[in-house]
Parts: sequence; structure tokens; C-alpha cells
Amino acid sequence: MTIESKKDAGKLTLTITGRLDTVAAPKLEETLKESYDGVTELVFDLAKLEYISSAGLRVLLSAQKTMNKQGSMKVINVGEEIMEIFEITGFTDILNIG
Amino acid sequence: MKELKTEAITENLHTVLEFIDRQLELIGCPMKPQMQIEIAAEEIFVNIAHYAYAPGTGEATIRVELYRDPSGVEITFIDRGVPYDPLAKPAPDVTLSAKERQIGGLGIFMVKKSMDKVRYEYLDGCNVLTIKKGW
Repeated sequence: MTIESKKDAGKLTLTITGRLDTVAAPKLEETLKESYDGVTELVFDLAKLEYISSAGLRVLLSAQKTMNKQGSMKVINVGEEIMEIFEITGFTDILNIG
Repeated sequence: MKELKTEAITENLHTVLEFIDRQLELIGCPMKPQMQIEIAAEEIFVNIAHYAYAPGTGEATIRVELYRDPSGVEITFIDRGVPYDPLAKPAPDVTLSAKERQIGGLGIFMVKKSMDKVRYEYLDGCNVLTIKKGW
């Protein structure tokens, strides 16, 4: 998994490429922790995300909880397979998917 | 039937998933069930890695049995750790909001939802968890 980070004032966009699994999730968590400061709008671009397990979902949920306190979060470009996982787990109701 | 024995640590997750993928490719498993099987396998193997032998480590055995007409796969995960039935865990409430949702409990829920069959047995001092998926 690779994370591409783009910051524009209070808006942070993270583009995630590859697999967000148990091995990769801590890396994303780390990146988020280091970046939250001053962020009022967090965007996850998942166009290149190939796989997500519950470890990855947990990071997204925790990011959503953090952003609920300091701004907003949006998930964009969700592919069909990933969307299905969001649906099964009820994440379509939790996340703001655009 | 193909079998892989490996130390149950998260560092070996990719070895396990690659082993399963190679088997699935042999019978041309489509992308969607392949991803669901991988997710299920990850949840189960990571569970073993985190809890079965804690605070130590131990071995996990993964057996893959392929079926044709109709196509499908049965994967069995075996460990000699503490007896633990992950299926006995109550399902998370997936209708709750982000604020109310607990972080955790999702993994085994995803396994149950996406596999055709999930079975747990405690046999001869081993946790035996079997998942089955057809397509």
C-alpha cells in the first residue's frame, strides 16, 4: 500500500493505492495521526484501493470519529468491490461517500 | 488438498494469502469471491496470530481443498492455541452511527456474511475453523 498525501490549507486528501490490510493499516493510522492537526476536511480517494479488510475499516471508522470532532470527512472514487464491503458492514451509512 | 504450515504471526499474512491465491487461480476463481475469501482468510489468520498463543507464538496449519462442478473452495485453519470459538461472538450492530460504533468485532462478521459456510470445532486439542465458498 502507498499513501499519497496532498494538503491544501485545512483540506487533506489521502490517495490510497493497493491493499489496506492488517499489515498496511498501522501505516495509514500513523500517517493520519501525524496529519490531523489543523485539518477540517479529510478526503480519502480510494480509486486505486484494491482491497480492504476489517483492519482497514477500523482505521476509516476511527478517522471518521476524529473528523466528527474537528470537521468533515469524505470518501471518494469507491470501486464496486470496495463498495460492496462498505455495504455489508454498514459503512455506507457511517461514511460520507461521494 | 494443499497444506501450508506457518508460524502464526501477522508478518506471515501475505505468505498465507499468496498460498490461498495460488490455489484459487488453479480453478479460475473470479475476482469478487477471491477478494471475499482473502478477507475471510485474513480475519481468521490474524485472529490466530493475535490470540491463539498469546503472549507467545505457535503454528497455524491452512488446508485448501478445491472443488469443481460447481466450483468452490473449502479452507481449514488449525491451531493448537487456547480453545476459542470466534463464531460465538455476538455480531456488531451495523446500523449504528460512527459515534456509537465500536471499533472491532467486524472481522468475523465479514467472514460470516461473505462465506457460504463457517464451522468451528475443537478437535484433539486444536481449534479447527472451516470456511466454504462456492461460485
